[in-house]
Amino acid sequence: MRTAIIECDCLSVDLGGVRVLDGLTLSVGEGDFLALVGPNGGGKTTLLRVILGLERFSAGSARVFGELPGCSPGRIGYVPQRLFFDREFPISVRDLVLMGRLSKKKLFQHYNRLDKERVDEAICLAGLERLIERRIGDLSGGELQRALIARALAGEPELLLLDEPTASIDPQMKTTIYDLIEKLKERLTIVLVTHDTALIGRYVTKVATLNVTLELHEPNPVFPNH
Amino acid sequence: MFQEIFAFEFMRNALLAALLSSVACGIIGTYVVVKKIGFISGGIAHTAFGGVGVGYYLGINPLLGVIPFSLAAAVAIGLLSKKAKVAEDTAIGTFWALGMAVGVICIGLKPGYAPDLFSYLFGNILTVPTVDLWMIMLLDLLILAIVWLLSKEFLAISFDEEYAAVSGLKTTALYLLMLCLIALTVVVMMRVVGIVMVIALLTIPAAIARMVSRSLPGMMLRAVLLSAFFSICGLWLSFLLDVASGATIILVAGFCFLLAHAWRLFRLSTSVPGLS
Repeated sequence: MRTAIIECDCLSVDLGGVRVLDGLTLSVGEGDFLALVGPNGGGKTTLLRVILGLERFSAGSARVFGELPGCSPGRIGYVPQRLFFDREFPISVRDLVLMGRLSKKKLFQHYNRLDKERVDEAICLAGLERLIERRIGDLSGGELQRALIARALAGEPELLLLDEPTASIDPQMKTTIYDLIEKLKERLTIVLVTHDTALIGRYVTKVATLNVTLELHEPNPVFPNH
Repeated sequence: MFQEIFAFEFMRNALLAALLSSVACGIIGTYVVVKKIGFISGGIAHTAFGGVGVGYYLGINPLLGVIPFSLAAAVAIGLLSKKAKVAEDTAIGTFWALGMAVGVICIGLKPGYAPDLFSYLFGNILTVPTVDLWMIMLLDLLILAIVWLLSKEFLAISFDEEYAAVSGLKTTALYLLMLCLIALTVVVMMRVVGIVMVIALLTIPAAIARMVSRSLPGMMLRAVLLSAFFSICGLWLSFLLDVASGATIILVAGFCFLLAHAWRLFRLSTSVPGLS
């Protein structure tokens, strides 16, 4: 049996008196690629936030790498929704990706050569070499999304959480983002929140629909022999 | 012309105060602008007036009253808006008025006329004593040291506080420290432009700098230079026209701000066809 990376047991979350997640039981093993689909407000982002330790749960239990959520920051890469950022922020692609090294550094410690090498590797992997000095405000939606993925990769995570990486991106760019994610699934455990049910079928190993309660479809029903 | 002006010792002190305060102003102003916490900074500045009153009442250098008072205001406003279920603008508004009230009461309790309190509200760079110059320089060094040590943490909480938290940073503590640095900057700026106008000099140079910067250090450097330029221009004009120095500095800065944005609008309208 593979090691369990994420384990939720009867997990419930209340936000402002409303039950957003109810009695969720879920196990994500090493090397899994889980797609979370479901309607808006179904609790997909909330589940990611619980796994990251940003949201408290009211009942049940959650374990990430065998510890309470939020206790292993250096092992998780997080790609938040692109639309929440201030595009006018004066920061280059390089400095944005460098932020991915934060979890590896101590307070007061400045970034060193190793950090910069990891950043260069992540930027190459995401195919952003030409844009490395570009200000993020001058990137297209798809390029910014890949930069955010590169930021998560720069921290050398074992688990990658992606929150709607292809929301409002044109279809051609979507494929380049999924191609990038496909390259990563060989060496990472991935949880992907998405609406692109048609596109993800050939990549993922597990699909779960989340609408307050969770329903797991395993093995992947779209391509059963995958 | 300049030689003639700076033959006076008070003008030399004024020039030094303008240059020294520009350092803190440009660096901290950059965070204020990118993190969009201008209103909080205004709240801290006005609360600091309570410190002026307390210092005056106790008969000590008002700056010594302002420093602890504004630091306490920064922590209180920050904690109230982050931890308690109080809307941020309510917390700011409350402290804003509370600080001013404490100041007014303390000044009223002390018998006699308080001549130079006006200068704390509206600034009077021409009366900066040498001891205050030293204090401004010390605060500059402290601010520089902390920002240098915590540059990556401050960048992270300014750009993406959630990611900073996920990366294991103590975001609330860092945010409170940032507010404390704003409080110290307010103290530095108080002599130059005064409590009421500090917010303009904290935001305008950084806002203009942001239009052409690709990184926070670059933006800070430009903001420091712009702030120094506005202060010196304002000082010189106020000397020529014999008007209030603090207000002239703000007018110069505000005019340049409008000019910079007009230029940007003009460029946008000429570079995008069909948009005029």
